[in-house]
Amino acid sequence: MTIPPPIAMLAELTHRCPLSCPYCSNPVQLQGKAAELDTATWADVFRQAADLGVLQLHISGGEPASRPDLVDLTAAAHDAGLYTNLITSGIGLTPKRLDALESVGLDHIQLSMQGTTAGLADWVGGYKGGFTRKMAIAQEIKARGIPLTLNAVMHRHNLDDLDATIDLAVELGARRLEVACVQFHGWAVRNRDMLLPTFEQTEATKRTVAAATKRLRGILAFDFVPPDYYSDYPKACMGGWGSAGLNVTPDGTVLPCHAAESIPHLTFQSVRDVPLADIWFKGDAFNAYRGTDWLPEPCQSCERRDIDFGGCRCQAMMLAGDASVTDPVCTRSPDHGLVLKVLEDAGVARKDGEFTYRAYAGKQG
Amino acid sequence: MILELAPTDRPFLPRGVRVQPDRVRGGMVLLAPEKAIRLDAIGEAILARVTGQASFDEIVDDLAQTYNAPRDQIGTDVQRFLVGLRARMYLGVNP
Repeated sequence: MTIPPPIAMLAELTHRCPLSCPYCSNPVQLQGKAAELDTATWADVFRQAADLGVLQLHISGGEPASRPDLVDLTAAAHDAGLYTNLITSGIGLTPKRLDALESVGLDHIQLSMQGTTAGLADWVGGYKGGFTRKMAIAQEIKARGIPLTLNAVMHRHNLDDLDATIDLAVELGARRLEVACVQFHGWAVRNRDMLLPTFEQTEATKRTVAAATKRLRGILAFDFVPPDYYSDYPKACMGGWGSAGLNVTPDGTVLPCHAAESIPHLTFQSVRDVPLADIWFKGDAFNAYRGTDWLPEPCQSCERRDIDFGGCRCQAMMLAGDASVTDPVCTRSPDHGLVLKVLEDAGVARKDGEFTYRAYAGKQG
Repeated sequence: MILELAPTDRPFLPRGVRVQPDRVRGGMVLLAPEKAIRLDAIGEAILARVTGQASFDEIVDDLAQTYNAPRDQIGTDVQRFLVGLRARMYLGVNP
């Protein structure tokens, strides 16, 4: 099998973040500031990535604006020839910093949305005053004409807010709205009973997105990530393991996807020790589930084998306890009953209490 | 909004969308927010003419002449390509 070079890299500059969203995609074991790569090492990683074939760099975290050297890092990525996308909550950005980011060639901003009112957004994000600050910076982004995508992470407590989210995206001049329903890994698993939408909400959401896509064509583009527990077939996670994208964590560990550390038997290499190209082409973790030869039945003989590649490895790990089986979300999986059980239990256990917010080990709430 | 371009519409790539060489894979690539699209020779030829100055008709005329191809067919192909980009907000249009 010829291994193609990666197209996109997610650079998690830091796990630090002023928000503490209960579905944070960072691992449950968060890395502290002391572990983070320094400016020069990140800049070198960006150059290695561009040499390897990466075209798109997603500058993320945690909150990447928590890094004082964000402008220098963006400049380094731009100079390496990468398309630079800043994934941010907006907290930590200022008009002055936006000016600096623009001047070093930042291409695009993806701004996260937790809700369309301060009450809802600040509750979900676990950060009082966050919504007001986010809206202020969104206006600054709009005034500068920086290309903007809103990423609305949706779940049971804000899906009914979707119409207002769409209106807000148009008002802020966003070109694109990602309606991303929470995927259950890491922190989100701990909040599953709070976050899992109902079947009715999911169906209503599909209708709303379809209607808005039509109504707003030429004004706002949509990307929709449905809650996969209600899907018939699994998501083609990462477009195929080790085929298009890679993720570098704050301390330089290189992962095939942001949740891959949840698969305990995999070992990961670091850019501190090994060149990025060697990790991509030769690393055990990247080769573990690459291609389709390793796929079990029913995937191996399935006509969808090359469409979804057996689904998400981390989800197979979490739900079935084995990362090498068919994603249990698939209705053809022998483990699909596990998903049905989760949905049934969630119906019973559905609660409107408090979130378990993300936090560093040893800290409370 | 109707996405089809009128004959006098002048398309352009908005801020955040650009064409650049893919120095690892070869060829040209269209880079847009969170998206990289590999261009074939036709896509490359069309986008080379998307300047914000040339009208849709002028682009089609130029391509038909350059490639000595039937104008109707070229017009249909260019329209389909540009509408696809416009639907994703990768293309702006000046009247």
